[in-house]
Amino acid sequence: MVQLTLPKNSQIRDGKVWPKPEGAANLREYKVYRWSPDDEENPRVDTYYVDADDCGPMILDALVWIKNKIDPTLTFRRSCREGICGSCSMNIDGTNTLACTKGADEVSGAVKVYPLPHMPVVKDLVPDLTVPYAQLSSIQPWLQTVSPEPAKEWEQSREDRAKLDGLYECILCFCCQTSCPSYWWNGERYLGPAVLLQAYRWLIDSRDENTGERLDNLEDPFRLYRCHTIMNCTQACPKGLNPAKAIAEIKKMMVERRV
Amino acid sequence: MARFRTPLAVVRGLGSAREGTEHFWRQRLTAVANVPLVLFFVGLMVALNGASHAQVVATLANPFVTIVMLLALASMLYHMKLGMQVVIEDYVHSEPLRTILIMLNIFFPLVAGLVSAFALLKISFGG
Repeated sequence: MVQLTLPKNSQIRDGKVWPKPEGAANLREYKVYRWSPDDEENPRVDTYYVDADDCGPMILDALVWIKNKIDPTLTFRRSCREGICGSCSMNIDGTNTLACTKGADEVSGAVKVYPLPHMPVVKDLVPDLTVPYAQLSSIQPWLQTVSPEPAKEWEQSREDRAKLDGLYECILCFCCQTSCPSYWWNGERYLGPAVLLQAYRWLIDSRDENTGERLDNLEDPFRLYRCHTIMNCTQACPKGLNPAKAIAEIKKMMVERRV
Repeated sequence: MARFRTPLAVVRGLGSAREGTEHFWRQRLTAVANVPLVLFFVGLMVALNGASHAQVVATLANPFVTIVMLLALASMLYHMKLGMQVVIEDYVHSEPLRTILIMLNIFFPLVAGLVSAFALLKISFGG
């Protein structure tokens, strides 16, 4: 059966309350999930106080501030700090989002920061995304053609190009993927919203010639049909995309080719 | 064990089952059928509220009522079977248990449907 409670060694304990920075007038409280593979300790939630006057406006700014000024052991992924690399996806205030585009002023009270849910944790806020990456490569997210390569480029009408809008913007942060209960319960067999959105991006690409094979590969009670239109994916997406709609479109294609 | 398999090998697993669309389509089909059939069924239950045994038997023996009730039974039980199967696949992960439950989920609506249909037909044919 699905495991609804955490195993004993994964239960989260209260962690350290780090001292408040001296002389700060504008304090902001952060409660951050901590776990290290290097000791036998359970995960814990540490409390930090950030000097909001000395720190940028985004949650990522605060995490960097904590790492620089309070606790250098705090571990998280980050790179572009402008919502295009997808590295700093984490669960903030109960919703998966990008720390770099989520403003501290969007959260009331203490800011709770956890890693993406239901993924193995490498350390602190860093999840192990090996399985979603493998799932992405399993759908072969590249142009596949049989026709001989044209002398210049594969051409596409403006209308057909417009069909890729709302899909190509996905940055693979896996906020949607890890917000999906179906993905939590059947993560190794269900491809998940992020991967299915990518699959749809290639299914409706007018230049691709492998649509049928792609649909064959997806037609499975688990790979595709675990989606029950829960819509957490669409709600979580920090880029405002709609993976649930992309999945519904794939299902429509599946029906279309048989009725 | 899984440690020595590549992530792609785990994810590709046993490959695509090449089915699921039929299940999806039939679930929608029975859902659409259920709209008028369930309305009729609920309406009938409300109409027969407080009626005597003889009145209920007489109503169910009406050929139109019998036929619509048989259709409602078939559509609702099939829809129930399809939905329950999804719930089992979602939440039951241990292999032998899941197979047993999926089998029971086929037997139950068949038996319940047959018993109900038999009762309806017996009433309808004046048994």
